[in-house]
Amino acid sequence: MTMQNVGRPTRPQAATQSGHTSLTGARGLLQDEALIFELGGWDKTGVDLAPADHDASDLGDLVRAAPIGLPGLSEPEAVRHYVRLSQKNHAIDLALYPLGSCTMKHNPRLNEKMARLAGFADLHPLAPQSTVQGALALMDRLAHWLKTLTGMPAVALSPKAGAHGELCGLLAIRAAHEANGQGHRRTVLVPTSAHGTNPATAAFVGYSVVEIAQTDDGRVDIADLAAKLSPDVAAIMVTNPNTCGLFERDVIEIGRLTHEAGAYFYCDGANFNAIVGRVRPGDLGVDAMHINLHKTFSTPHGGGGPGAGPVVLSAALAPFAPAPWVVAGEGGFKLVEETIEEAAQGFGRMSVFHGQMGMFVRAYAYMLSHGSDGLRQVAEDAVLNANYIKAKLSPAMTPAFPDGPCMHEALFDDTWLEGTDITTLDFAKAMIDEGFHPMTMYFPLVVHGAMLIEPTETESKLELDRFCDALIALAQAAKGGDVERFKGAPYLAPLRRLDETQAARKPRLTWRPDDKGVSPAPLAAE
Amino acid sequence: MRYLPLTPADRAEMLATIGVGTIDDLFSDVPEAARRRDLFDLPLHAGELEVERELAGLAAMNRPAGAGPFFCGAGAYRHHVPATVDHIIQRSEFLTSYTPYQPEIAQGTLQVLFEFQTQVAALTGLDVANASMYDGSTACAEAVMMSKRVTRRNKAVLSGGLHPQYAATTQTIAHAEGMDIVRQPAAIDAEAAVLDAIDAETACVVVQTPNVFGVVTDVTKIAEAAHAAGALLIVVTTEAVSYGLLKSPGEMGADIAVAEGQSIGNGLNFGGPYVGLFACREKLVRQMPGRLCGETVDAEGRRGFVLTLSTREQHIRREKATSNICTNSGLCALAFTIHLSLLGERGLRELAALNHSKARELRDALAAVPGVEILTPRFFNEFAIRLKGDAVAVVEALLADGVVAGVPFSRLNPHAGMDDVLLVSATETTTSEHIQAFASALAGRTA
Repeated sequence: MTMQNVGRPTRPQAATQSGHTSLTGARGLLQDEALIFELGGWDKTGVDLAPADHDASDLGDLVRAAPIGLPGLSEPEAVRHYVRLSQKNHAIDLALYPLGSCTMKHNPRLNEKMARLAGFADLHPLAPQSTVQGALALMDRLAHWLKTLTGMPAVALSPKAGAHGELCGLLAIRAAHEANGQGHRRTVLVPTSAHGTNPATAAFVGYSVVEIAQTDDGRVDIADLAAKLSPDVAAIMVTNPNTCGLFERDVIEIGRLTHEAGAYFYCDGANFNAIVGRVRPGDLGVDAMHINLHKTFSTPHGGGGPGAGPVVLSAALAPFAPAPWVVAGEGGFKLVEETIEEAAQGFGRMSVFHGQMGMFVRAYAYMLSHGSDGLRQVAEDAVLNANYIKAKLSPAMTPAFPDGPCMHEALFDDTWLEGTDITTLDFAKAMIDEGFHPMTMYFPLVVHGAMLIEPTETESKLELDRFCDALIALAQAAKGGDVERFKGAPYLAPLRRLDETQAARKPRLTWRPDDKGVSPAPLAAE
Repeated sequence: MRYLPLTPADRAEMLATIGVGTIDDLFSDVPEAARRRDLFDLPLHAGELEVERELAGLAAMNRPAGAGPFFCGAGAYRHHVPATVDHIIQRSEFLTSYTPYQPEIAQGTLQVLFEFQTQVAALTGLDVANASMYDGSTACAEAVMMSKRVTRRNKAVLSGGLHPQYAATTQTIAHAEGMDIVRQPAAIDAEAAVLDAIDAETACVVVQTPNVFGVVTDVTKIAEAAHAAGALLIVVTTEAVSYGLLKSPGEMGADIAVAEGQSIGNGLNFGGPYVGLFACREKLVRQMPGRLCGETVDAEGRRGFVLTLSTREQHIRREKATSNICTNSGLCALAFTIHLSLLGERGLRELAALNHSKARELRDALAAVPGVEILTPRFFNEFAIRLKGDAVAVVEALLADGVVAGVPFSRLNPHAGMDDVLLVSATETTTSEHIQAFASALAGRTA
């Protein structure tokens, strides 16, 4: 899930220096690290390669003549460069990372170890299938777990992220409509609280997007949905639990009405972590749902990917799944790579090869580790932790939906900041000084100044208490008029607030040789 | 359960703080009919030892590429990745951070992305690059859709030398967006044929070099023809190491270059995760898909980096976004940029030269095998050969000799009438002994 800064790019005013400053730009352990292009390595390399026996004379003028402009670093310099940079990042391994809708949970290291086994990591996607039977078996078992956990009969493993999965689901829906003589349906209904990827994906596939209203208690307005479910509607896209962190109580009725209108029910599965092991989307009438393996099943976010977004499909949509898929046969497993071979209705291909195998291994290791009992406990602890935060913070802040339990995330609005001159953004930046990553802010759009907190199940009670104490202390400071603490925040991070307005107005997207008066020299003659 | 910190006592205390009796009370919004009271029919939790045992068992059923002579390429290449790369990408601060939406505490990731963008722009010979895509094939599809936004035209011409699965991906995704995709028939030296297909409706021409058969092409004339017709030239590369030896797409007139970056810093991983490279000319930047990192200053005037031009993106623009992409391939981009920083210009050129040299050695060895015809006139580290008989059968037969001979073209495109064509590649990991083993085994089977 994305962080919303809609209409609020930061444009800090000139800030006063905060306390002691060093002479070098370093801050104790935090080094002021230059770009690799400024480290003087135009003729260096950190690899030792054997000499080539043949030249490239056979390629004539296809060979590059001009310098590329790439600096190199010896190994010790490279290690230092990246370690210095790494220390400027927040990480789930460092502290709670409460980004709502992002499910920043602990990433087990066993999964990393398993993905690096040569039998998985050093496996070519087009190696003869008889030499990759273990990989195909793993894909088949992962598919079995995903189908069992969701109560759905089929799964397309190849989508590479949540949004890619949404695209896969909508393409299956479009193919099904076309096969059923319903290709004229042009509308997709999306609640106002939806992730931005939902309307973006629907528009991408050529559908016009119509918003469904929300009720005062944060759910889909059934009456509005029923009114808009015309014969022109191809699908609805509903997140459940929704982006307000609430379970759609009427979800079964939503599915019934949708099917009655001849449309399909796409569920955004970003929040599956809240219900895994306790609720099967297949029991709710869902036709397609992507599962972010990088959320519910703990594959690392890696600073923004790679993800994986397998899509489970109902019986109605299964025939339209994209290539490839694994089938078990007498001679072992087979990868079906062409839709025309065994199922002519498949809608095509989402990407080259077979999906994010490295993520499949990690997710499968995670599933085996938890088992059916552990996964149910995951959902329960995730929901318990969120409700605990909601209970602890409600006296200090204003919950957006105070009545009833939330699911895996607690949503607050900015009513409690009224009259303080402090915004949600300011509050979030002040959290950085207290050692915590800010929550998702200004999302969902339906709640004013939204602060969406998702702790996940891998936080201890001690860490939750530390977090809540910090936020309560900050809230008291805000209400007590300590405005500077917020307006100038962060003070203690590697950098102060950044000028995003300037970055967008005059984009500087690459380092240029004239940036620091250093220019790449041609390589010294051999 | 080792990943769950709450104790039963914690849970009881927390339920009391919340003011409910049991955990079920927190799931009260779930309709009665959908509440599952029993555990699902799946195994119970397992210790590290047991999990490791099961996965090691599955891994042992596979034959890793490094187990012996191995010549598969066709979009994924086995290269040596320095140990430093895997060490750095496993650092907590890179591995377990999210997309850098709070730049004050994500400068590590952001500076890496800025360096990555600069490296990719330099490699491709273009002005700007984004912070990565899922992989080369989806980058290709995104480039085609971008050409529609730029030219307001609808037709894309895909060369017959484009990797068939890239073409299929582009056809699925860009056609879904309403584009007319013209796929030219597969042919070894297919590039010149696109010239005849360019017309006033053409948004872009997509040409791969080295192409799926390994053919290296100077696309300058295609660029000129495309530009004369008001179309964009998109150049696709599936082997990023080739940038170290060959003229860059930008140098030859490409408007957009996309590539699979797996070869640099990333293992084979059975096809994913990989990292898509995407670069273009400066004037097109506001139509680019994906994330962009830009330089700026902080409140004290210090240089820093932020994600920028996000008004193109789905979380701001929703249904008006340039693309629906949210997650990209950050950690694989990190691996790419570390490896490339270790190589530097000198190392990349040496690596590319070494790859080409190994492929020449392989070509010479296979050309001497009776019944083998070399089809690719000029190549980087991969080429196509024609065998007597079905390439799938030959590959299966050579497995018995311990040789993984390459990728039969029919696996990528069963309808091209090229069942006797085999794609073979060599990299710096290929030894002379491997090459000799391949040539002897092939001679034994085709004799």
